[in-house]
Amino acid sequence: MKYLSEYRDAELVLGTISQIADRITQPWTLMEICGGQTHSIIKNGLDQLLPEKIELVHGPGCPVCVTPLELIDKALAIASIPGVIFTSYGDMLRVPGSQGDLFSVRASGGDVRVVYSPLDAVRLAQENPDREVVFFAIGFETTAPANVMSVIQADHLKLDNFSILVSHVRVPPAIEAILSSQDNRVQGFLAAGHVCAVMGYWEYLPIAQKYQIPITVTGFEPLDITRGILATVESLEAGQPAVKNAYLRTVTEAGNQKAQAVINQVFENCDRKWRGIGTIPESGWRLKPGFIKFDAEKRFQVESVQAEESPLCISGLVLQGLKKPDQCQAFATLCTPENPLGATMVSDEGACAAYYRYRMHTGAEQGDRK
Amino acid sequence: MSGTFPDLQGPICPLPQKHTSRIVLGHGSGGKMMADLIRDVFYPQFENAPLLAGNDAGVVELTNGLNLAVSTDAHVVSPLFFPGGDIGKLAVCGTVNDIAMVGAIPLYLSASFILEEGLEMEILERVVKSMQLAADEAGIDIICGDTKVVAHGEADGLYISTTGLGLLDSRFNIGGDQAKPGDQVLISGTIGDHGIAVLEARGELGFQTQLKSDVAPLNHLVQEMLSASRQVHVLRDPTRGGVASALNEIARQSGVGILIKENSLPIKPEVSGACEMLGFDPLYIANEGKLLALVDQADTDRVLTAMRKNPYGQRAAVIGQVAADPPGRLLLETALGSTRVVDVLTGELLPRIC
Repeated sequence: MKYLSEYRDAELVLGTISQIADRITQPWTLMEICGGQTHSIIKNGLDQLLPEKIELVHGPGCPVCVTPLELIDKALAIASIPGVIFTSYGDMLRVPGSQGDLFSVRASGGDVRVVYSPLDAVRLAQENPDREVVFFAIGFETTAPANVMSVIQADHLKLDNFSILVSHVRVPPAIEAILSSQDNRVQGFLAAGHVCAVMGYWEYLPIAQKYQIPITVTGFEPLDITRGILATVESLEAGQPAVKNAYLRTVTEAGNQKAQAVINQVFENCDRKWRGIGTIPESGWRLKPGFIKFDAEKRFQVESVQAEESPLCISGLVLQGLKKPDQCQAFATLCTPENPLGATMVSDEGACAAYYRYRMHTGAEQGDRK
Repeated sequence: MSGTFPDLQGPICPLPQKHTSRIVLGHGSGGKMMADLIRDVFYPQFENAPLLAGNDAGVVELTNGLNLAVSTDAHVVSPLFFPGGDIGKLAVCGTVNDIAMVGAIPLYLSASFILEEGLEMEILERVVKSMQLAADEAGIDIICGDTKVVAHGEADGLYISTTGLGLLDSRFNIGGDQAKPGDQVLISGTIGDHGIAVLEARGELGFQTQLKSDVAPLNHLVQEMLSASRQVHVLRDPTRGGVASALNEIARQSGVGILIKENSLPIKPEVSGACEMLGFDPLYIANEGKLLALVDQADTDRVLTAMRKNPYGQRAAVIGQVAADPPGRLLLETALGSTRVVDVLTGELLPRIC
């Protein structure tokens, strides 16, 4: 496949890895922000091939994993209302709330449907004027343009039976939260390429400056990731906390300004709770007052739903890069993808799920788990 | 996970979600949830040796030297017609193939139909005609049947269950527990064609391909393979749950490790492209006209040559081999030379968010 197979070329990837080995003189801890990158690293076994001096810790960039428990509970409450068609990206169906998941709601008669695009949900609302159609709008900056387009489209079509349950999160405040933590071990970041395709990387320049840390915009294929690591290692070895772009075929500094404009038209910043981490100031988006009629929380009066996460859940530590999935005692024993105990085991992009699927046979990890 | 929780020290996550109180769609996806359902609900009640062997068909002794193979399969595909096939062809080929996968020669099928009130007669006639065409190709007869009609809304148009009978030489011992270290893993052609073709026929993907389902009767291919070698140890058609789930099951049944190579998997560009867009792995996508064969290394070339002479085996390839370790696990050597686990499909196959 054009633009994919070239970036999986074994010779080029292994060549980049040997360049990294040539440059590196001391141990460095890097965090890949995005769950898609974690998935690619583990699926392709890149961490087995990289020099031992590189430690990769897995960041909080899996939208499924960080959606807070109470939002899931709100989704379950709305999806259980007779007459509602509740639509969602596929992997949200498996995320456990306080009681049950969307699969359970569907098995009990709720009309829960997987859509491939939020605009499919708008179409469903057009086709079913006597039903309420709700879209579960989760995600980072990546899915925001499509999600806000559904609102703009519904507004344009004057639909009064469409709403979205919003749980949008933003990367830069999460990076700042990690860097401000007393326990922080991260010395360099691989920023998420698709987030930057939308937002550009101008937001990262002041962060790199303030915390004196290199940040490299990085893609998702093995060659993209190894090139991102190489660029970050070069910054670290040279003592230069630069923002670099190793995903040139997609990302510019300014990003997609049309997409940013529609996001700003519909969303405004808000504080947002992250599952397993807690509330991060200004880290989310919510609907602006002019679009509040599309807010499913208000329409179905579920704003007061509260859920307390156990303070014991290790997924928060995993999402902050402080623990590896296989350092949890429940990993692969009590906690498996078909019976997830925490959100990081749920989505394919979750760090625990990636370890479970691609790793659980290795002897090293068995030892770590003790 | 029944009852005995290990004594855990330190933090654990608090949110179990086991789906043991109700059936969810994941229980039918051909992966681990279905295996658990069979093990926990069906096996304890129906317990007997042919069932517990865990093969696609149950095998019992008929007379001295001759065994009877029996298999049954319910078909509930949506849409009823898709590029390359339809529910009727699927209902015949599915059961014929399950019989063939123990090395038996399928002879007779029964068919029972659950019809939804309001189904157009023309649709039923097309499906039945298609069943007979598939039966002709497989060389079997559909010798009995049953018809039930349920009220509008209580079924999705048309469901078909078929049961097949076949005979096999009792000297053959082909089954999931017969894989041996050193065996080569063969696949009869490209993987994932059926699953992606059906998904596309539902019209939900927003893109189109030229893909056709691979649904086909494989009994003649199997007989040609068995004529070429008596050292075919395992045969399995990787239907729901795909190649990954089928090979995992074999690894577990035989207590061996299986290593496949990413570079040697035959996958059509349309399938890998669709999978990239949807976040699927072709190893988990259903096939309806492909088989996996685990063959003694010495006979691999003979079997491969025989397969490639059959129209349904033209793109047959060696994709991996069996080792003693790690028992019960399927591993994949990536194109980069690293190795990772390939697990069974857990529940329902879900498209990823991004």
